[in-house]
Amino acid sequence: MNEPALNGMALTRQDRSEPLLRSGNSNCGGCGMSNLMQMLRRASAEHELKMVVPACCAAVTSGGFPESAFSIPTIMSTFASAASVATGIAAVAQLNEEKTRVICLAGDGGTYDIGMGTLSAAAERNEDILYLCYDNEIYGNTGGQRSSATPAGAATTSTLHGKQETKKDIIGIMAAHRIPYAATISLAHIDDTLRKLEFALVSKGFRFLHILSPCPTGWKSEPAMGIELVRLAVRSGLFPVFEVFDGERYQINVEPDFSGEALTMYLALQRRFRNTGVTEESLRPSIERYWNYLRLMSGRIVPARRN
Amino acid sequence: MSVELISANHAAALAATLAGRANRSARGFCSGVYPITPSTECMEFLCGQEIEKGKVVRADSEHNAMGICIGASAAGARSFTTTCSNGLAYMVENCVAAAGYRLPIVMSVANRTLGPPWNIWADHGDSLLLRDLGWLQLYSADNQEVFDTVLCAFRLAEDPRILMPVLCCMDGFILSHTMAQVEIPTQEQIDRFLPPATIPQRLDKAAHTLGQMETPHQSVVHRSQHHQAMLGARQVYSEIQDSFTEIFGRRPADPLVSYRAEDAETLIVSMGTLGVTAERVVDQLRDQGQAVGSVRVRMFRPLPDTELRQLFGGKKRIAVLDRDISIGFGGALWGEVRNFADRDSIVQGYMIGVGGGDVRPEHLLNLLAELEQSEESAAPKIVEVA
Repeated sequence: MNEPALNGMALTRQDRSEPLLRSGNSNCGGCGMSNLMQMLRRASAEHELKMVVPACCAAVTSGGFPESAFSIPTIMSTFASAASVATGIAAVAQLNEEKTRVICLAGDGGTYDIGMGTLSAAAERNEDILYLCYDNEIYGNTGGQRSSATPAGAATTSTLHGKQETKKDIIGIMAAHRIPYAATISLAHIDDTLRKLEFALVSKGFRFLHILSPCPTGWKSEPAMGIELVRLAVRSGLFPVFEVFDGERYQINVEPDFSGEALTMYLALQRRFRNTGVTEESLRPSIERYWNYLRLMSGRIVPARRN
Repeated sequence: MSVELISANHAAALAATLAGRANRSARGFCSGVYPITPSTECMEFLCGQEIEKGKVVRADSEHNAMGICIGASAAGARSFTTTCSNGLAYMVENCVAAAGYRLPIVMSVANRTLGPPWNIWADHGDSLLLRDLGWLQLYSADNQEVFDTVLCAFRLAEDPRILMPVLCCMDGFILSHTMAQVEIPTQEQIDRFLPPATIPQRLDKAAHTLGQMETPHQSVVHRSQHHQAMLGARQVYSEIQDSFTEIFGRRPADPLVSYRAEDAETLIVSMGTLGVTAERVVDQLRDQGQAVGSVRVRMFRPLPDTELRQLFGGKKRIAVLDRDISIGFGGALWGEVRNFADRDSIVQGYMIGVGGGDVRPEHLLNLLAELEQSEESAAPKIVEVA
């Protein structure tokens, strides 16, 4: 496991002088999106940013007019329009030869579901956008209903006894668009996260980052356990950390140990998995299937390292 | 100035192209477009143009075409798109957003019936979907007017006192696909008429957030500002008319186009190309000694209420023609203008040409003959035309 020694990050001179997400924002304690914005603060220190936020928790967290918790120019788009509004902004930046990096900060609902067509179209046109999907696996803003990012076996307010269907393979979908860069991000792996954010910020064309974003409110978990939960999801193989270049070259970034104990703990620490019948054994086949696929795509038949 | 034989769709697209080029010294031009009959030729024309510091993005839906315009406009560029019918219905959510951000986006609509059942012919029901959403609405009756209206629309939309999107409507096929002579100014003239666009709320260096949450009190204030700004459009438009006249040597049409209306006893009120038919009928009846006049409502939002009240004063009979139907109510235009008439005037609503029916002079003659016999206003009537 190439995990960093520290969970948190210290503020350094390398960071943007002002946080991207300022204090006074209304995120729940332990929100993964807050962690993401913290890391993006460091990764984007050298960049001028403009941001598009569709309907999602990030649209609420900035607070009420006229104050904003975001320290960069931001537009709140309609739910399904993040990637199209960003298209317009990026096009005008290009016409004016500006170095502005345009980012979308969208939840899983606005990405996997209602914004899917918009996302696919912007990816197909290879717009110069960095799309960040912070995935808490539910419609968090509306109180925690299922989305197509909700994993099978998770109880939500619209699937009380656990969702039946499996989670959509978003990176597979994005890779199929042959975009320059698509990657998953584990908030528990800071070095890998920073490297990916920095790479994605300097790259051109459509870049997509999928962030597993702990949601204590929806997952019914301890706010302080968020990073730990991500670490368990990565260790168990449930959340593979990898990147795909040009839709072809797959690179696995973190080699899990496929620990059964980690998977059991991951489930046990979240009340959304309680009484839905989901267990380590029930998840194991789909994890193996996905990893076989990843091994095939990455050309690494044998794991590089196994602890 | 040159004269070209072009369709109204092309006239709208050409006006947008010239307006786009005129912003090359500022933030440029960016447009998201998507095809739909009968607006398609407008977007096709735009896609074929070379626009310095301009980009036309071929979107995946009308919803996202407007999304791209929103992004472009929020980044300070001039922006334009076109759609109609179900495309406009699909776009509505982002039209609401464009108005809410107060972005000066101009849109050309070749009015078409909403479906299903599918029908591609002219009906104003599509643009009327946006009636209450904070867009200015202008309806044209010939190709020159379409061209002039789109140019004026950019001036209107971008005026710091207005700052809101503008809808330029033309009847689908009747205008959109009809070729006619259009006077086209030079780029140099257009540059003089359309100064570089300044969008004060654009995303620039300052860390402000567009479209974020607000309290009921703040919403009331924002709506009120929007409302007041729109009401001011009549004054601003007359200034734009003066400036247009000075630069191009002809005056763009008024918000209300009245024809032999002053001394008329009976008035025909309409929007779009129905007004042209009405004017022909007026001539015919005048020849027979009947005091008939016509008023074409070009500016539907903001509705020129004072002027309408003035024009309606003293009229015995007013026939309001609607190429739309507000189901369960009557014609939308009738519903809005009937209260401007005197108490003892007979105001009769007719929904005619709904779903694209071909309204000919004889239809209007029949309807007026019947109106001349009536002693009081009746419920709005649906007139079937083949």
